[in-house]
Amino acid sequence: MRKMAERMAAYRKRPGSLVLFLLTVFSAFLVCLTLLLIVGYILVKGLPNLKLSLFAWEYTSENVSMLPAIINTITTTLIALGAAVPVGVCAAVYLVEYAKRGSRLVALIRITAETLSGIPSIVYGLFGFLVFFVTFRWGYSLLGGALTLAIMILPLVMRTTEEALLSVPDSYREGSFGLGAGKLYTIFKVVLPSAIPGILAGVILGVGRIVGETAALLYTAGSVAGVPSNWLGSGRTLAVHMYNLLSEGLYTNQSYATALVLLVLVAGINALSSLVAKKLTKR
Amino acid sequence: MNKFSVTDLTLKYGDFKALKNVSLNIAANEITSFIGPSGCGKSTFLKTLNRMNDLVEGCTITGQVLLDGKDIYNDMDVNTLRKTVGMVFQKPNPFPMSIYDNVAFGPRAHGIRSKSQLDEIVETSLKQAAIWDELKNRLKKSALGLSGGQQQRLCIARALAVQPDVLLMDEPTSALDPISTLKIEELALTLKKDYTIIIVTHNMQQATRISDKTAFFLMGEIIEHGPTEELFAMPKDQRTEDYITGRFG
Repeated sequence: MRKMAERMAAYRKRPGSLVLFLLTVFSAFLVCLTLLLIVGYILVKGLPNLKLSLFAWEYTSENVSMLPAIINTITTTLIALGAAVPVGVCAAVYLVEYAKRGSRLVALIRITAETLSGIPSIVYGLFGFLVFFVTFRWGYSLLGGALTLAIMILPLVMRTTEEALLSVPDSYREGSFGLGAGKLYTIFKVVLPSAIPGILAGVILGVGRIVGETAALLYTAGSVAGVPSNWLGSGRTLAVHMYNLLSEGLYTNQSYATALVLLVLVAGINALSSLVAKKLTKR
Repeated sequence: MNKFSVTDLTLKYGDFKALKNVSLNIAANEITSFIGPSGCGKSTFLKTLNRMNDLVEGCTITGQVLLDGKDIYNDMDVNTLRKTVGMVFQKPNPFPMSIYDNVAFGPRAHGIRSKSQLDEIVETSLKQAAIWDELKNRLKKSALGLSGGQQQRLCIARALAVQPDVLLMDEPTSALDPISTLKIEELALTLKKDYTIIIVTHNMQQATRISDKTAFFLMGEIIEHGPTEELFAMPKDQRTEDYITGRFG
């Protein structure tokens, strides 16, 4: 209490610092409040509308079920990861283990990756549309959408993997080479296993972006509400599903429920990401 | 009998000459120590013997290094060379895996898959490195949980597991306490029956305690090389005398 009194006395001498102090507290408070408001609003609006019929197997315009969308989300995520992770990891392995450190090619690839990760997702959507829909004549397809997303998260996966590989101490590599192990063996048995926590953290961040993405999917995967019979069929993911419900204007309540599910999913994935990274780096 | 015979070795990092026309013969089943002030090229020279300098960008080497009469830069596969010439590093560098997997790493890299064979190699290697009794009950535990001295002996066991002829040790005790240092020195003395050991050291007492031959390096050249006792008792070169009596370095 005495401390408080001392502080107040100091502030009386310098009212300017009291104003600044209050401003910082207010700003911090505002940040928390925004998050709380959004989450609270979605909870209040979404929870009462969360009905079992929203998870029916078949989508009809009666039940506006989101289960097909959830299944599409999972499929899309798996395809996108299946395409982006091997390429991203291999590219990072090349940059860190094979390319000359500090060479111009490496710098160029790094700048390219950074630029790619700054491109708005609707631009990826347009690109995916022109390539997969128009040029490949796939029409709206889950595969086209997933590959578009794969391109979108590729720089993310590559950069995080690169960071993870760079943080593997050189003494591990020396130790392995010193035993007469070859380069590939060293990379697969020593370097990559030590880098797994970092790589995984990047992958999970990528999953978060895939699950939350709409703009890149609208013109590539389309918005058919069911589960397509194969990957070349159109299907909407959960985020796109929500977008459609909302824009149709008829199912506002259900879209709140969908938002709730989406929010929980993304928050869960982010929490998992930091948990996995923490768990694995502790060793 | 000479294990290594090096003639006219010059090594450059970019434009910097780290080794200048070095020639040296190293006898089998002896401990040879390299002494000299920091930056004199002794570690660099050690690393040319198993071609670890290949990993350094901008490093060029001329001259000849023969191992049992074979030119290691031309007539030998680099992985075979490193299997024959094992290395222990300055800082203990166990891999972030179990003790067992650390020792089994080398044999596995060279294609040994059989569980019983690996078990046997792990046991003999750890016994050779005089650390079996300490570790036999925790082989599945992470190697990173060991003390520095234990880690270094584990690294020696790991190097022995690929059955090398030569063991290069690059200041293996500089990161260790006196008791661990003593254990490593004792270990080196018992290992010389079966291996040729070359050790880089900053510690001249260590060189006199364990080595049969000593080579004194200065500014990328070998100033003097001979039986350890002679080199320390009556150095032929003034610079050697100045260094071993502590006038510089």
